[in-house]
Amino acid sequence: MIQASPLPQSRAQMTAARRARVRKTVGLALRYALLLLILVFAVFPFVWTLAIAVTDKTVTGGASIYDFPASLIPKKVTLNNFVQVYQTFSLGKYVWNSVVITGLTVVGTLLISALAAYPLARFQFPGKQIIFSLIVLTLVLPNETNFIVNTLTLNKLKLLGTHLGVVIPTIAGAFGIFLMRQAFLAVPKALLEAARLDGASEWTILTRIMLPLTKPSMAALGIFTLVTTWNAYFWPSLVLTAAPDLAPLSVAVLKLKGQFNYDPFNIAAGSLIMMLPVLLVFLFAQRYFMRGLEGAVK
Amino acid sequence: MIQSSGPRPTGRRIRAGLRDTLLSYAFLAPALVLLAVFTFYPLGYGAYLGFTKYTGAQFAQGLGPQFIGLENFKALIADPLFWTGLKNSLKYLLIVPILQFASLAVAVLVNRNLPGMAFFRGAYYVPVVTSISLAAVMWEWVYNKEGTLNWILGALHLLPQGGAFGWLNNEHTALYAILLVTFWRGFGYYMVLYIAGLQSIPEELEEAAVLDGANRWQRFWGITVPMMRPTILLCTLLSTIAAIRALEEVLVLTNGGPLNSTYTALMYVYSKAFQGFNFDYGLASAAGLVVAAVALALSLLNFRFFRSDVEES
Repeated sequence: MIQASPLPQSRAQMTAARRARVRKTVGLALRYALLLLILVFAVFPFVWTLAIAVTDKTVTGGASIYDFPASLIPKKVTLNNFVQVYQTFSLGKYVWNSVVITGLTVVGTLLISALAAYPLARFQFPGKQIIFSLIVLTLVLPNETNFIVNTLTLNKLKLLGTHLGVVIPTIAGAFGIFLMRQAFLAVPKALLEAARLDGASEWTILTRIMLPLTKPSMAALGIFTLVTTWNAYFWPSLVLTAAPDLAPLSVAVLKLKGQFNYDPFNIAAGSLIMMLPVLLVFLFAQRYFMRGLEGAVK
Repeated sequence: MIQSSGPRPTGRRIRAGLRDTLLSYAFLAPALVLLAVFTFYPLGYGAYLGFTKYTGAQFAQGLGPQFIGLENFKALIADPLFWTGLKNSLKYLLIVPILQFASLAVAVLVNRNLPGMAFFRGAYYVPVVTSISLAAVMWEWVYNKEGTLNWILGALHLLPQGGAFGWLNNEHTALYAILLVTFWRGFGYYMVLYIAGLQSIPEELEEAAVLDGANRWQRFWGITVPMMRPTILLCTLLSTIAAIRALEEVLVLTNGGPLNSTYTALMYVYSKAFQGFNFDYGLASAAGLVVAAVALALSLLNFRFFRSDVEES
C-alpha cells in the first residue's frame, strides 16, 4: 500500500489513521453483508414464488420446483400459469369477492371513524369521558370468545354467509377512531370558528373543512384497512364457511391447494395475484403506512 | 366536561350546548351501536356462556343456554387436549424475547443514515403485509422434505445423509417451524415501532457518549436500551399477547398437528366451537375465558417486570 498523503506524518500516526480507516471499511462491509442476509430471509419466499409463477412448466423437462438452484431461474418465462389459474380455478370470482369485502370495509371504516372522531375531538358533551374510556377499553379487553358470539349474532341477523356479515362487525374500531381524532385535534380552532360564524352547519364543517384537511390521516387509515382486510383469513373463512363461493382470495387460495391436482405453478401464480394489490399499495404508500403505525403508538 | 371559566350560561348557551350534545350523539351513534353489538355484547355474553351448557344443537332448535356453574371448567381440567393446548401456547412465548431482541437490533442497523437504508426498511416490512394464507403456501415449500430449508442445510453440510424431513410433519419441529413464520411476519412490524422510538432519542446523548469514549456496545446497553424502555415494554406486551392468542398460523400451516404438537389454547377454543359434529359453545367459551385470563396475567407480569427494572436502575 502506498501512502498518498503529501503531508509529512510520523509513522505511528499514519498506521493509526490507516487502521481506523480499514476498521471503518470492514465495519461498513459487515453491516451491509448482514443487511443483505436479512434481506434474503425477508424476501426469498417471494422471489421463489415469482420464479415458479413465471416458469413455463411444459419445458422444465419434468424437473420439480425443488430443483435448486435451477428452479430459481426459469428456463422459459411465460404468463400461462396466470391465465390457467384464472380460468380453471375461477379466480376472477374470488378476486371480485376480495374487492367487494375490502371496498365495503374501507369505506365503512373511514365513514364510521370520521363520524365518531369528530365530536370526540371537537365538542364538549355529557358522557364524553365515558364513551372515550369505553373505546379505549376495547383495546385491552380480552376478546378471545368474541368470534363465537359474533357468528351466533350474525346467524340470528341472517348475515352469516354474506359479505356484509364479514364487513359489519369489523368497521367500528378504536384504531380508526383514535387516528381520526388525533387528526381532527390538529386542525386549528380558528378555522372552525370562522366557518361557524359564516353559518356553516357541522356537517358542512366536517365534510368541507375537516376531511380535506385530514386527507393524509384518512389515506393512512384507508390503506391500513385495505391491507388488513385484503389479507384477513380467519374471520372471513369463519363467516363464509357455508358459502365458499363468496370467499375472498385469501381464503380461496388455500382451498386451491387441496382442489384438483396439486399444481405449484398455478398456486404460485394465484398467490402472486393475491399479493400484487397489497404490494403496489405498499410501494406507493409506504410513508403513510409507517406514519399510520406510529400514529397508533403515540 | 365542565367549562372551567367563562360567562354564566345564558339561554342561548344552553341551547347551543344541547344542540352540541344531540349532534355529538348523532355522529357517534353508528360506531356506538356497532361496538355495543359486536364488541361489548359478545364480551359479556361470551363470559356468561362459559358457565352454561350451550351446543350447536341447542342453538339450531332455538333453545337458549343452560346455566351449569363451573361444569365446563371441570371438564377443561379433565381434558388432556386442553392442557396440551395451554402448554403449546406457553411454548409459543419463546418467540417473544427472540423477536424483540432481533427487531430492535435490526432497527438500530437500518436507523443509521447510510445509502440504501430506506430500501432495506421497506423490504423488511413486506412480510408484515403478507397474508397468512400466502405465507402458508410459501413456507410449506420451504419446509417441504425437498424444500429450501433442507437444501440449505444440505449445502452447508449440516444435514446428515438422508436426514431430510418435512419440518411441519415432525412433531418435534413443527411448532418451531411455525414460530419461524411468526418471526418472519413479525420482525418488520416491531422494527418500525422501534425506529419510531429510536428517532425520539436526543442525538446529543449519543454524541456525548461518543466523546466520553463509549464504544458501540456500551452505547447500545447504556443509552439505547434505557431510553427505549417504554417502546420495548409496548412491543413485548404486544407480542406476548399475540403469542398467547396464536391461532391463524397454526390453523393454516398444520391445523394443530402432527400429534397435536402445534395445538394451541385458542385452537382449542376454535375447534370446540366450530369443528367436529357437536359444536360446544359453552365449553369453548370457558376455554376462551382461561386463555383471556392467562393473557391478562402475562400482561400484568410484563408491566411488573419492566417496572421493577426501572426501580433498580
